[in-house]
Amino acid sequence: MADVSIAKGHDEHGTTTGLPHTKLAMWLFLSSECLLFGALITTYILYRGASIKGPYPAQVFDIAYTSVSSFVLLASSLTMVLALAAAQKRDFTRMRLWLLTTAMLGLTFVGGQVYEFTSFYRDGLSITTNLFGTTFFVLTGFHGVHVTVGILMLLSLTGMSFADRLPEDPAFPVEMVGLYWHFVDIVWIIIFTVVYLIPTGPVGK
Amino acid sequence: MSDAQIERGAAEIEGIHEESARAHAGHPGAKEYVRIFLILIAITAVEVALYYIRDEIGAWFIPILFLLAGSKFALVVLWFMHLKFDSRRYSRFFVMGLAGAMTLYMIVLITFRVFLR
Repeated sequence: MADVSIAKGHDEHGTTTGLPHTKLAMWLFLSSECLLFGALITTYILYRGASIKGPYPAQVFDIAYTSVSSFVLLASSLTMVLALAAAQKRDFTRMRLWLLTTAMLGLTFVGGQVYEFTSFYRDGLSITTNLFGTTFFVLTGFHGVHVTVGILMLLSLTGMSFADRLPEDPAFPVEMVGLYWHFVDIVWIIIFTVVYLIPTGPVGK
Repeated sequence: MSDAQIERGAAEIEGIHEESARAHAGHPGAKEYVRIFLILIAITAVEVALYYIRDEIGAWFIPILFLLAGSKFALVVLWFMHLKFDSRRYSRFFVMGLAGAMTLYMIVLITFRVFLR
């Protein structure tokens, strides 16, 4: 049975698993990213409400503003899958359009994060102010860097498409970049809940 | 370039197209993606609404939030990342890291008595 599946796999992708190794590697990479962001989120939870001086989360967070940022990132996930659907149909015009839209939405999110960081700084919260500042900026900063890397990947993909340098099956690289982009989105889903929506303990009023 | 070479090239390209179509055959279409997106937005709206009435909800607030966040997480992973439609081996790779991370960090949180605060 195993021999049959391996032989079939060789026919489909020319690999020992019958699956594209690039995609397996991407899933393995995302799997390792769970450990990275898990560590950062756990550290935030461990020190939540442990700051002995302000500003505290409730004094700086603007939930309505962050909700709009979350909406923007969710919308970018939709445009990403629409880019993939267009790539699968080999509709290059729509694929480029959706890729650029995704990059623009990502830029909007990162711009919003930069604005939020500067507004927190003006309110007296920096990475060295207290435990909340340290854990918050490290966690959301790492996420922001991941979004920025995703934007660069999207723009590179679009540029390669315009230069006609994409492989014969354009859906594959779009899907790989898409997997990374959606992962960044699911990390934000957790951050939005754990950091912004759940109120802090008795110390951090 | 001879006619035979051109024909062979065309057949190769056709083969790649067929393989690509086969690989993506199970993926949902644009309408399904939009439907999932609308559900995600609705869940986010509920989360934010719950935040503003958290005092009325009391102790159920945090479990409900985690349930909603978990639902959004699952929707994105299963539909947008296609784990529902792709080979189970991709799921195993991802779940391996996710479950490992959740177990490890849950042990850390329990060790530091975070849930008893």
